[in-house]
Amino acid sequence: MRRFCLAFLIAFALSGAGVGGFTLIATTPAWAVQPDEMLKDPKLEARAREISEGLRCMVCQNESIDESNADLARDLRLLVRERLKAGDTDEEVRDYLVARYGEFVLLKPRFERKTFILWFAPLGALLLGAVIMFVSYRRRKHNTDDAPGATPLDEAEKAELKRIMGEG
Amino acid sequence: MIVELGHFALVLALALSIVQSVVPVWGARMRDERLMAVAAPVAGVQFLMVGLAFAALTFAYLTSDFSVLNVWQNSHSDKPLIYRISGVWGNHEGSMLLWVLILALFGALVAAFGRTMPATLKANVLGVQGWISLAFLSFILFTSNPFIRIANPPMEGQDLNPILQDVGLAIHPPLLYLGYVGFSVTFSFAAAALLDGRIDAAWARWVRPWILIAWIFLTLGIAMGSYWAYYELGWGGFWFWDPVENASFMPWLAGTALLHSALVMEKRDALKVWTVLLAILTFSLSLLGTFLVRSGVLTSVHAFATDPSRGVFILAILAIFIGGSLSLYAWRAPMLKQGGIFAPISREGALILNNLFLTAACAAVLVGTLYPLALDVTTGDKISVGAPFFNMTFGPLMIPLLLAIPFGPFLAWKRGDLLGAAQRLMVAFAIAIVIALVVAWVEGAANVMAPIGIGIAAWVMIGAVSEIVWRVKLGRIPLGQSFSRAAGLPRSSWGAMLGHFGMGATMLGIVAVTAWQQEVITVMQPGETRSIGGYDLTFEGLTPSTGSNYREDVGHFSLRKGGVMLANMEPAKRFYMARQMPTTESAIETFGFNQVYVSLGDAKDGGAVVMRAYYKPLVTLIWLGAVVMVIGGLFSLSDRRLRVGAPRRAHHAAAAMPAE
Repeated sequence: MRRFCLAFLIAFALSGAGVGGFTLIATTPAWAVQPDEMLKDPKLEARAREISEGLRCMVCQNESIDESNADLARDLRLLVRERLKAGDTDEEVRDYLVARYGEFVLLKPRFERKTFILWFAPLGALLLGAVIMFVSYRRRKHNTDDAPGATPLDEAEKAELKRIMGEG
Repeated sequence: MIVELGHFALVLALALSIVQSVVPVWGARMRDERLMAVAAPVAGVQFLMVGLAFAALTFAYLTSDFSVLNVWQNSHSDKPLIYRISGVWGNHEGSMLLWVLILALFGALVAAFGRTMPATLKANVLGVQGWISLAFLSFILFTSNPFIRIANPPMEGQDLNPILQDVGLAIHPPLLYLGYVGFSVTFSFAAAALLDGRIDAAWARWVRPWILIAWIFLTLGIAMGSYWAYYELGWGGFWFWDPVENASFMPWLAGTALLHSALVMEKRDALKVWTVLLAILTFSLSLLGTFLVRSGVLTSVHAFATDPSRGVFILAILAIFIGGSLSLYAWRAPMLKQGGIFAPISREGALILNNLFLTAACAAVLVGTLYPLALDVTTGDKISVGAPFFNMTFGPLMIPLLLAIPFGPFLAWKRGDLLGAAQRLMVAFAIAIVIALVVAWVEGAANVMAPIGIGIAAWVMIGAVSEIVWRVKLGRIPLGQSFSRAAGLPRSSWGAMLGHFGMGATMLGIVAVTAWQQEVITVMQPGETRSIGGYDLTFEGLTPSTGSNYREDVGHFSLRKGGVMLANMEPAKRFYMARQMPTTESAIETFGFNQVYVSLGDAKDGGAVVMRAYYKPLVTLIWLGAVVMVIGGLFSLSDRRLRVGAPRRAHHAAAAMPAE
């Protein structure tokens, strides 16, 4: 399910897309996972790749260990594969790395007290916007009902209107 | 000498910006025609001065004048001509100079094309442009002066970062800056309206071309940067949610919202207060982006300016402009008169929905980008917010927006007929469902996201086309009449159609490449063949070669399909001598909308090499979609009512009541 969600959402990450700043990278081009690191079991390897994509190479700048060619990233990739071979679940592998390197290693922060605002922000912004929209709509509607232009005609005005229309 | 002249011109520009910030605004307050008239020529001359400064720096780069610190740090006499030119803005000082050049350009353009604008509006707009120029020219002269000389000039320069030695770099920053500095004009319009205390539909019509121009360039700049990263970084990713990417993406989201809300204001005189706020926010996000990139406050792949004095200076500019404009807004906005009313189900309502989702998405990106920073500063806790977070939060906000896109153009202003719109979209909906079902049938249960994603992309694209089909009554009246109706449609209708269609195309590309990309990472011996995506890739061997300022190992691959030779692919691994840095040069072959992508890794014993190959289905649609969006923007820009000198409509003048 999680995998589905992720893939699904990546797909919708719309964007005319692009590297915004041009002053890229002081590091070498990313080399990422090497053939000699890969596990023989394709299922296990696929899991390793997926986990790697969510782990930060801590000495790099905003790169996952799957993309990075830093030595540390290689060490972490090997470590992830070792844990998987030892029979860890995906979550156990992540826990193991967090225990060693701290929360910083996760590219998707866990939902907890200090990240509550972060995780709630998108939905919060949407709800806040919707409330503002609703309130201002109600107020406008209310205001325009009271506006002089919207006041119903009184009897004299109706008679006058009838007279004009009749003449026209 | 020429360098000193450039320096002097820049100081003159600063002096002019002081004049431009004070005199016209004072004139507008005093209703003094002569003082207001100062703005236009000053803006013109200021552009000329900044242009001279920029030309002087370019000259120093062209002649490899290493007595200029900036040239020594970022250039090399072996560097090819084009990278000597692009090297001017491939560094902090030069890129800030480019920023200010573009700012001055927009000021001059407003001065030149605003002849028919009301005098006070024009004076205030140029005055506010003057404030921005003043701030950034001071920033350059006091903290980031590109004209500083070295006492004992070295013989050779340190060269430009090799990754930046690419045609992509030559084009990407100017486009991007034309985009996000372009939003300074809309900001100035908003501030001018607030200073003046009045705003009307005519204001929206004045400002709309500037929004469109900025948006077009920003879209192009982002797409260009994306494609550059795709081929240059060697693993074929096109969007990384890097903070610096986000810095340009946020103004794009806000600017796209602004593009739509200004439409409501222009057509219906409604949503004024919100549109003004959005104009302020869009440029504020551009400033924030400039701060994030230039101050080096982020740990990002892009970070490079590390001198904190600069960061503090830009932070001050940021605080003054954002704080100042929002205070002005809080003070003046309640005085702005609200305009036309409408039902929730209407064109206006649809455009508000668009704004709601775009701004919420923008807020999500903003919080995600700044949160690690804020948490670090306040608690010292270090967390990372990367691609998985953004994909999880940004995506869900986009789905409802994309689903709603086709409905918008079918709804009438004031009061729309949702059922009617739905009926007119039945065909589009049916086709999208059929496409989704076919994809689902081919894919099986393993991959649920593909059919849904492709279905939505198809819905957006076909929905966009259906609007035009409906408007020209295709199939309901003789074909010739349909054609003449099509020719008679306002250009902005075509613009909207193309914009939405392009959006759908970009999404189709993203979904397809995410779902069906194939990857091979392996060691290949000469003569070996691997197949990927139905193509056979044979490694022929590795040959060394030398360029003007690098040496490289070029891999030779032949690409075949069913035994038929299609192309020679020659990815390379380069080594730039001056900076001792390696880069990869990937080889890409395009077949229809699909691409085969090959890049090289390390050489192994016996002539073998590590290689990565990808088959990327429909990947080019990601950028072609953006190009279509841009063409849509150009269509809208060429719409009759936006052309310079188009007569103002009389009833707008009546709506333009001063709030004081």
